[in-house]
Amino acid sequence: MSTPVDFLLWVRGPGFDIALVVFLIGVVIRLLEVLILGRKPDFAEPRGAELGAGLRTLVTRTLPEQGSFRRSPFTVVGGYIWHIGFFISLFLFIPHIELINATIGLSWPGIASNLVDAVAAVTIVTLVAMLFSRMSHPVKRYLSGPEDYLTWVVTILPMITGYLAYHRMIDPYPLALGLHILSVEILMVVFPFTKLMHAFTFFIARWYNGAMAGRRGVQS
Amino acid sequence: MAEELNPMAKTLGESLRQSGVSRRGFLKFCSATASMMALPPTMVSAVADSLEKAKRPSVIWLSFQECTGCTESLTRSHSPTVENLIFDYVSLDYHHTLQVASGNAAEAAREAAMHDNEGNYLVVVDGSIPLGNPGFSTIAGISNLQMLEETVAGAAAVVAVGSCAAFGGLPHAKPNPTGAVSVSEIVKDKPVVNVSGCPPIPTVITGVLAHFLTFGSLPELDSLGRPMVFFGKSIHDRCYRRPFYDKGLFAETFDDEGARKGWCLFRLGCKGPMTYNACATTKWNQGASWPVEAGHGCLGCSEPDFWDTGGFYNALSIPDSDVIRNAAYVAGAGVALGAAAGALNRRKQSKAASEHETVTIDDLDKRS
Repeated sequence: MSTPVDFLLWVRGPGFDIALVVFLIGVVIRLLEVLILGRKPDFAEPRGAELGAGLRTLVTRTLPEQGSFRRSPFTVVGGYIWHIGFFISLFLFIPHIELINATIGLSWPGIASNLVDAVAAVTIVTLVAMLFSRMSHPVKRYLSGPEDYLTWVVTILPMITGYLAYHRMIDPYPLALGLHILSVEILMVVFPFTKLMHAFTFFIARWYNGAMAGRRGVQS
Repeated sequence: MAEELNPMAKTLGESLRQSGVSRRGFLKFCSATASMMALPPTMVSAVADSLEKAKRPSVIWLSFQECTGCTESLTRSHSPTVENLIFDYVSLDYHHTLQVASGNAAEAAREAAMHDNEGNYLVVVDGSIPLGNPGFSTIAGISNLQMLEETVAGAAAVVAVGSCAAFGGLPHAKPNPTGAVSVSEIVKDKPVVNVSGCPPIPTVITGVLAHFLTFGSLPELDSLGRPMVFFGKSIHDRCYRRPFYDKGLFAETFDDEGARKGWCLFRLGCKGPMTYNACATTKWNQGASWPVEAGHGCLGCSEPDFWDTGGFYNALSIPDSDVIRNAAYVAGAGVALGAAAGALNRRKQSKAASEHETVTIDDLDKRS
């Protein structure tokens, strides 16, 4: 791996394969573990339907809740901004759609690159502000462990390297692109073994909360 | 008479006038050169002044492991233009392809030029230098390495023309059987300008020479030693097909509807995003066209290791492997492992349930 081009070829070749293996095996194992373990059978007579309440809670728990918004508006608003920004950067940037299309054949319309650029900048600034808040707020700091900082790092790295590559702020370009791909691979490898798994498990958790309440005929 | 015998004594202005180039033609060339080098219009007269008075610098052109494509590009593509005349009015004292002399006479010309212009001559190199074995490439029994070191010793500067001289090029491509290296890997104590490309754009080499004649120095260079004015922007950023990239409109094959409509060639392996060169603006063959305009993606020929970027027709950032097949295998393995882990957990769960002992308050009282 003596040249930037060699580095790029490695990260988009064997590096990507390794990251894909770890990511997929990890995610599948962790999801199956949760699903196979199941719950104790509930022999009580159901007072309502699970399905509707479960699906409704999937939505309602995703929307901001008044109480927590009033108590910690910054966490709520910042959290929304960077999550949405991250998704826009990841899924609506045309070169990313192009990559997904070339690898798995799925495609959808993207948005203008300079718009994604602005969104990415806001996302990065928000992520930095969130870290600052986490470290300066006594309760948040107390609740944070090494894993929280690790997940922050692996989340912001693809954003930063992508921003630098887009603006050609790393020279030469194959190195910039290689670093961006590598940072995504690091995210993929870390993903299944940290709380980043919430990207998959939050569906299960929210559905279960709603379904359980629905079955008991209470509001979730 | 003495002046005629010694071409070095004649200024560029005199030479051009003698060849029938008008003042208007000369100034036109100066304006073009100034704008090409991104100089303000006020500098045109300074460029004209300097070029008018400039003496013909001696140029020694060394050809090592190369294909002569660079020379072909420079001598033919723009001929006949004023740029070409400028090129003619550089005193090209040694050049395998163009010189009349051969054998000992040719080598004597090189030595004479080196001796007469000690410290002032330019060395232009095309081709890479084999370090694997000196016998891989020799000229008049002299190895490329020895000739380069010898010739460069008294030079003012070195211009590495073409990607072979600039970065090793094709001979340097894996597995690099001759141990080919670029000029800058050998020449460390002289300014080296890399005019990369396979071949480079003719205007770029004349631009570098004009800069040297005008300012007596070499132009500003990028991190790879290439003149910023020509290599400062990527092909991608200057490509007229860029709006299609930004809209996500790509040609899938070389003859589909997208190709006919002139959509972006990224999917067909265009290396425009990683390539820095002036093709998109200067174009080729007197501004007639350039590869992307002709319907073929950029090969990235002015970048290091462009032969080894994973295939000319593979897009830059797309993984090489069959992702769907790999994902299917891996997900299958994940399901098997997940099921095993789930079964273990369930067994643990039922074991815990079966070993569960009912404890009454009386039992607890007894134990405490």
